[in-house]
Amino acid sequence: MGRSLRGAAAIVGVADAASPTGELETRGRALEAAMIREALDDAGLTLDDVDGVCCSGIATGIAEYLDLHPTYVDGTFVGGSSFEVHVEHAAAAIAAGLCDVVVGVYASTPRGDRRHGAAPAAFGPMGPDVAAEWEVPYGSMMPMTSYALAADRHMAQFGTTPEQLAQLAVDARRWAAMNPRARYRDPITVDDVLASPIIASPLHQLDCCLRTDGAGAYVLTSADRARDLASPPVYVLGAATATDHWVISQMPDLTVTPGAVSGPAAFAHAGITTDDVDVLQAYDSFTITELLHLEDLGFCAKGEGGAFVEDGKLGPGGALPTNTNGGGLSYTHPGQYGIFLLVEAVRQLRGSCGERQVPNAEIAVAHGCGGVLSATGTVVLGTEATR
Amino acid sequence: MTARREPPVSDDAVPFWDATRGQRFVLPWCTECERAIWYPRTVCPRCLGDAVEWRADAGRGTVYAASVHSKPGPGRDANDGPYVVVLVDLDAGVRMMSNVVGCPPEDVVPGTRVAIAWEPLSDGRHLPVFRPV
Repeated sequence: MGRSLRGAAAIVGVADAASPTGELETRGRALEAAMIREALDDAGLTLDDVDGVCCSGIATGIAEYLDLHPTYVDGTFVGGSSFEVHVEHAAAAIAAGLCDVVVGVYASTPRGDRRHGAAPAAFGPMGPDVAAEWEVPYGSMMPMTSYALAADRHMAQFGTTPEQLAQLAVDARRWAAMNPRARYRDPITVDDVLASPIIASPLHQLDCCLRTDGAGAYVLTSADRARDLASPPVYVLGAATATDHWVISQMPDLTVTPGAVSGPAAFAHAGITTDDVDVLQAYDSFTITELLHLEDLGFCAKGEGGAFVEDGKLGPGGALPTNTNGGGLSYTHPGQYGIFLLVEAVRQLRGSCGERQVPNAEIAVAHGCGGVLSATGTVVLGTEATR
Repeated sequence: MTARREPPVSDDAVPFWDATRGQRFVLPWCTECERAIWYPRTVCPRCLGDAVEWRADAGRGTVYAASVHSKPGPGRDANDGPYVVVLVDLDAGVRMMSNVVGCPPEDVVPGTRVAIAWEPLSDGRHLPVFRPV
């Protein structure tokens, strides 16, 4: 398949900083911000125009510092050529309509760092350690505190109950019972969840995901090649990213995740609505995480997630089969669970899930959520019939 | 005095931590946008300007969300707890994480009005916490 990005993107603003002394007065995030300001000025654009951020590291760090919520991020690190790779990726993204205005930035001040008594940063500025300075001293636990605060806020604002959250753990376990490789398969009840120790109120131990070993992989190729391979192709019908913050105290509204942006964008890209989704894989690091996804993806209105799930419709035989492998709550959760969402969605669309197979699954959604409700990626997948 | 993992001082927050030595609560404001900024930054995340000045703040706010922790997190002594971790919406228009002290932790709920209080750190700085008003 030929490349489609020829002539699709252009660099419209630049900036750089250096000094004959070999030292710069500014460093860290402030230096990155100055470069971005200068390049935007050069282009006649402002921060409000920016929807994409590239750097050779944690792109959400500089984004949060500038209160940006980019829907395109690239933190690819391949050494000194990272920035050329970013430009290639960004041009492709722009060609594909994923984003409009991307800023790429780099700053490194080994001399200035030494003068300030700091160890030179190996991979450019990491910025202030926001969590260490403004969260950890208060006894916050990564990641439980963040999700507990989100659950507390959802309960206070919408009247969501511990019983409603517990139903999600019960449904996950019912699916896990049909997955021979699941960590936990014995049935549990809402009362079992409520009787498990409170880790950080209002979340109980059984509201929290597992900590297990785990691994996964996928292969993506062109539709042309895919047709002649060994397994039935599962097509990417739509995909979108959204980012919001990095630490929980910077999240503008703890009841709304960036999935409220990436979900509808991916669905629109795919030309589907929530009614078209046969099977949903929605990141369940905690029960509250999954509840927020249901609202933000549009399966129910904001605040109505509790009432939506309490009849068990996410479980086997329910109207919206969700996390059919047992999820992070009962199958496995090694830390970054997103790959398992994709693998299970593909297997459901291939019809290869055995006892837990959802009949006639033609459209699946894999909705990942990273950080602490910080960044979401929504992928809509379909079969040959729904391509 | 509660044992805590003491916060590092970032470049951008030196004036904040210096002020806490005298138990003074200050916030960075962008003088262009007339908007408070939190966490401390030397550039305004709205306009990218660097006209940031530190202003005294009354340190009053409303609890946005609260979670009681029975088992202490890594930043606190193993014998601490239960304690309540909160997000406080300051009247100045910014949100910060903190603890509310001086009342049973379970009494702290979204909507609780709070005012600044201080806990000493080992190097003469103070950590901003809150108490109910």
